[in-house]
Amino acid sequence: MTVDTVKHAAETPEHPQPWAELGLRGEEYARIREILGRRPTSSELAMYSVMWSEHCSYKSSKIHLRRFGELAQQTPVGKLLAGMGENAGVVDVGQGYAVTFKVESHNHPSYVEPHQGAATGVGGIVRDILAMGARPVAVMDSLRFGPAAAPDTARVLPAVVAGIGAYGNCLGLPNIGGEVVFDPAYAGNPLVNALCVGVMRHEDLHLAHASGVGNLVVLYGARTGGDGIGGVSVLASETFGDEGPSKRPSVQVGDPFTEKLLIECTLALFAEGLVVGIQDLGGAGLSCATSELASAGEGGMHVVLDRVPLRDPTLAPEEILMSESQERMMAVVAPAAIDRVLEICARWDVDASVVGEVTDSGRLTIEWRGETVVDVPPRTVAHEGPVYERPYARPFWQDDLQAAGPSSLARPAHPDDLRATLLRMIASPNLCSRAWVTDQYDRYVLGNTVLAQPEDSGMIRVDEQTALGVALATDANGRYAKLDPYVGTQLALAEAHRNVAAVGALPLAVTNCLNFGSPEDPDVMWQFAEAVRGLADGCRALGLPVTGGNVSLYNQTAAAAVLPTPVVGVLGVLDDVTRRTPSGFRTPGQTIYLLGTTRDEFGGSEWAHVEHDHLGGRPPAVDLDAERALAEILVRGSRDRLVEAAHDVSDGGLAQALVESCLRYGIGARVAVPAGIDPFVFLFAESAARAVVAVPRSAEARFTDLCSARGYPYQEIGVVGDAAGTPVLEVREQFSVPLAELRVAFESTLPALFAPAAAP
Amino acid sequence: MPRVVVDVMPKTEILDPQGKAVHGALHRLGFDRVVSVRQGKRFEIELEGDLTPEVVAGIERAAGSLLANPVIEEFTIHVEG
Amino acid sequence: MRIGVVTFPGSLDDGDAARAVRLAGGETVSLWHGDADLHGVDAVVLPGGFSYGDYLRCGAIARFAPVMQPLVGAARAGLPVLGICNGFQILCESHLLPGALIRNDHRTFLCRDQRLRVDSVATAWTSAYETGTEIVVPLKNGEGGYVADERTLDELEGEGRVVVRYLGGNPNGSHRDIAGITNARGNVVGLMPHPEHAVDTLTGPTTDGLGMFESVLGSRVAP
Repeated sequence: MTVDTVKHAAETPEHPQPWAELGLRGEEYARIREILGRRPTSSELAMYSVMWSEHCSYKSSKIHLRRFGELAQQTPVGKLLAGMGENAGVVDVGQGYAVTFKVESHNHPSYVEPHQGAATGVGGIVRDILAMGARPVAVMDSLRFGPAAAPDTARVLPAVVAGIGAYGNCLGLPNIGGEVVFDPAYAGNPLVNALCVGVMRHEDLHLAHASGVGNLVVLYGARTGGDGIGGVSVLASETFGDEGPSKRPSVQVGDPFTEKLLIECTLALFAEGLVVGIQDLGGAGLSCATSELASAGEGGMHVVLDRVPLRDPTLAPEEILMSESQERMMAVVAPAAIDRVLEICARWDVDASVVGEVTDSGRLTIEWRGETVVDVPPRTVAHEGPVYERPYARPFWQDDLQAAGPSSLARPAHPDDLRATLLRMIASPNLCSRAWVTDQYDRYVLGNTVLAQPEDSGMIRVDEQTALGVALATDANGRYAKLDPYVGTQLALAEAHRNVAAVGALPLAVTNCLNFGSPEDPDVMWQFAEAVRGLADGCRALGLPVTGGNVSLYNQTAAAAVLPTPVVGVLGVLDDVTRRTPSGFRTPGQTIYLLGTTRDEFGGSEWAHVEHDHLGGRPPAVDLDAERALAEILVRGSRDRLVEAAHDVSDGGLAQALVESCLRYGIGARVAVPAGIDPFVFLFAESAARAVVAVPRSAEARFTDLCSARGYPYQEIGVVGDAAGTPVLEVREQFSVPLAELRVAFESTLPALFAPAAAP
Repeated sequence: MPRVVVDVMPKTEILDPQGKAVHGALHRLGFDRVVSVRQGKRFEIELEGDLTPEVVAGIERAAGSLLANPVIEEFTIHVEG
Repeated sequence: MRIGVVTFPGSLDDGDAARAVRLAGGETVSLWHGDADLHGVDAVVLPGGFSYGDYLRCGAIARFAPVMQPLVGAARAGLPVLGICNGFQILCESHLLPGALIRNDHRTFLCRDQRLRVDSVATAWTSAYETGTEIVVPLKNGEGGYVADERTLDELEGEGRVVVRYLGGNPNGSHRDIAGITNARGNVVGLMPHPEHAVDTLTGPTTDGLGMFESVLGSRVAP
């Protein structure tokens, strides 16, 4: 095989190169030549093409994401320990603990190979957290699919769920929450966003630096094969040269067992202080890890590619550099520590190889078979990629969409119609029970799960002695965002914020996964810019930093983009998890209060979607000051044991929240529509900044004082439990439904659609 | 290089949920004359040196204790090449 | 009393088993799979997880780990051994218990709070319960279907060696709703549900699992 060396490249400036097939633009290729002062070698071209791809370089989104960097880099508890630009943001949660969390997408692979696409998405985000020095302690996932009854959804959903379960369960990470949403806009472009949270002590923080000339670079984990080459950039053509490699698969296959060993091995290395710097190998594999580590450090790095353990001995150097083989990490280790590092890796049966060393050359140089095939300034690869200012403009159809509101849609008025509407709503794919999905995930492993689905947030105990814990919620609403990306994104933030407060945790920080269509479409770019602006402004109003996140663009099939779907994750802290507030009604006789104001707001609502297949108008109004006050009430109410149950009101409105709180423990409720509000609006409107709480009689005065002190609206709407023997949800003078009937409607939909068919 | 192939199948009396799943999928693809499907495993073991009867006997023992679980599976061995 | 908890590559609930032992008042000893030494412990727990990734068959590779050598001998001599989930699979693969565990009949992983009935208290790990007690303990696995031939099943039933049984519907296709069994002597118990996750109501559905660890701490098996 003739290898394209630096020497050869310098001597053959006119040699044609497949830069367009690798996804680069003409001006980008020209810039690479300018940076290097010659044409790039094929290895260098491969590196730049993957690292300058949209997924790795954020070239279309960078200028907008800068807004997050303008937010104060601190939480209500203290300064951030590491923020954007590192692998994941790190938040001080008190008592010497720090928590790192991030959500990331693996959308396109999950359409191609749903099981492996979703599984490797989990694997990737877990390694990100590990690379911050944290022990991963929980995962969550936010999933979006096409219509629930569509044949392709039956192909994709069960395999995605099985893949997430197979990987997460085998790693031993409890799955503590997430979402499943169906909409035609996601057909052909499912969204799989995986979140991981990790815990560490402050002193364990590891940044991706490669400091210390002479330090050794160790690649450990799985062997490198031909997986996923071109997974990040667009590799249309298979050949790099005359004797180039045959077509390589673009799907990565994950091995959670190897990752489990990788986790234990890495934590053992951390525990003995053996690691100076660390990076995980994700999208763009070695290209990313070497260039990131080298450019984050002070000098340079020299790598001997021959030392990379290979699964496939026929790989060319550029393929080795682009491979996305899973379950690999790269660590920088002082020479004195290398023996112990290799010993620990051997104990855990993890392959490890010293592939290079840190230098002070200011360059990343890589040799293959004794010749230099890469010699680049690492920052130009990892951080100084192209930055685009994509044109964006409010879509011409936006005004019409906002004008076509739901006010003229036929509404149920008669109690029988309201009752029937309720049963159809709770059985609809976006509102029904997700148990069929979430029962496939282990929620118990590690023994620190305090709350998991279907609670409003997942909650993990961090310290067994002090009962310190953290809570997490992820939320997004693509329909609201389509109607108004700015407001819709703020509503997602508000909902996640409310969900964290509802369980009693103080919201501290935000992560995000921004899923949009093609950035080459000015409509989409406008949606993206508005969403980022909305999230930044929203975080400022709530006093929260954005600690990091992920952007996934090109979620589009031909002209049909997905709904703009900014997924917002909020992390909260709770000093004493024994005081957490679950969402189900448990004690008959307690008073049910509705906090907040209900308005006639149905734009983008589940009711409009389920009953009328309608999307139009404006989303509900967002009031972040109100959300802040509501959160304070919920957190105080929980801490002081003034509320025994709390549930946020969102999709499907109050009716949905009441049904869920009743079915949780099988305890019914009797409520009445307050005077002056239409029963339909009361039950199904989706006004924001609302929650339902159950308050013990003995605490009522103190609780209502808590609300009045903030001028926060509250209404007593009913009582937990019922007079009769069979538990019912009763809306006085409207209808009554036995919980048994509600349960059948709520729990049957997903199993009927997705449970494996019985054999003939 | 000589190769020994061990085929492991679930015993007929054992429930084979994976075989059942495949059976259902074949039917949905239009193969309605399929009466049954059972799913097993095939191990291809390459060895250096000669394949003496002792070596094959050793693999047979390994097949019966590691490659197959005799409670629920049975196996066959054949030599290739 | 010192209770060893084995860690295989891929074990997941070893830490939780150790916690359960401590909550029950015992002392735990970590046993490494590669170390053919039980370090004089008084009982052993083989925890849940995906040892060796569940490759080949669940527990099939772990069964040959160095630590299993002294363990099998000690178990046959009366050492109390509890196999939870993957541990149960390892005990069956080692032939310390009869039968085998196969894929759940509905073919998906299932995690749920499972109702069970304690059918035998004549074991080192259930002596603290009363026969017939109903308990709720988390079940979480993909390969939990207990199978054995009719003769073995009749023998287990006849000798009172079914230790725990599923109630409220069979979650995985296990024959005779068997969730856990014991050997003839009552010192080796294997079960699919996870008692170590039912030891505290903050993180589990009940504290019904604590009894298994309290049982072994309260019992002394005659040599």
